[in-house]
Amino acid sequence: MTAPVSAEALGLAAHEHHHPSTATYLKVGITLIILTAVEVGIYYVPQMRPILVPCLLILAIAKFALVAAFYMHLKTDSRLFSGLFLFPLLIAVVIVIGLIALMAYHFAFAISGHI
Amino acid sequence: MSHASTYAMELETTTGLPSRKVAIWTFIGSECMFFASLISTYMVYKGKSLAGPYPHTPYTAAGGEVFKPILNIPLTSVSTFVLLMSSLGVVLALAAAQRGSRKGVITWLIVTIILGSMFVGGQVYEFNSFVHEGLTLKQNLFGASFFVLTGFHGAHVTIGLIWLTTILITAIRGKLPPDRAVNLDIAALYWHFVDVVWIVIFTLVYLIP
Repeated sequence: MTAPVSAEALGLAAHEHHHPSTATYLKVGITLIILTAVEVGIYYVPQMRPILVPCLLILAIAKFALVAAFYMHLKTDSRLFSGLFLFPLLIAVVIVIGLIALMAYHFAFAISGHI
Repeated sequence: MSHASTYAMELETTTGLPSRKVAIWTFIGSECMFFASLISTYMVYKGKSLAGPYPHTPYTAAGGEVFKPILNIPLTSVSTFVLLMSSLGVVLALAAAQRGSRKGVITWLIVTIILGSMFVGGQVYEFNSFVHEGLTLKQNLFGASFFVLTGFHGAHVTIGLIWLTTILITAIRGKLPPDRAVNLDIAALYWHFVDVVWIVIFTLVYLIP
């Protein structure tokens, strides 16, 4: 039978104390608002059209990384959690890009009448 | 069962980490695959609809009536802001739980639940207006892939709201001491995941023409 052990003795409290401060959470929140405002802003600027897609993707990646690193605590928590999230995420990104490329190739041949 | 023995059971793993946190991260990893399949489907069929309404271009109905692009960017931008702020709310609730501030947990969880409900309400309004403008699940490829992708995301948000509400009730009853903050931590991780999925959907579906 397991003997009662306090959470502190098991190192859990110390583990959680590494989480960012409330001020950091607020700064990340403000940054997320600003990045979202920039995203929506550049969507309405006609001059941005040629570089709109890369700009939006960079901003989305930045927002994703901020939430994952600070709000989901991947920056300070065990690296095992980062691995459990980032490895499937990498596979997911490869699947999305692979399927888009494959189907673009398929549609290109369909339009040209080869299939 | 005491709190300490609960933690002791969680740590009976080779990782030395709370087993429920390992489980939620594994689940989130599998959810990445799930949403990757839905996002892939949307992206593959993007621009392939033979009939309107279209997301980013005007549409002339059979009767000659001209409709604007169907996506409502201002409304969705507000929804995105609301969901991002709900993530801030839940992380502040978690910080309060770890400090042992019951009042802080209850306040921030209520804020989070209100913001999450506003997001779901916005999505219901959006879906309703789309149906009235002629975009249904069966209308075209855009309708099918859009409703499935955003509908499953909305279902995840709704499940998250139910989960957070149960934790709010636990906190109100005084059963969420600092050594049980991991219960909120797990729900918060799920909520943040739903948030990051929306960050991707907002960019790929709404903003990229």
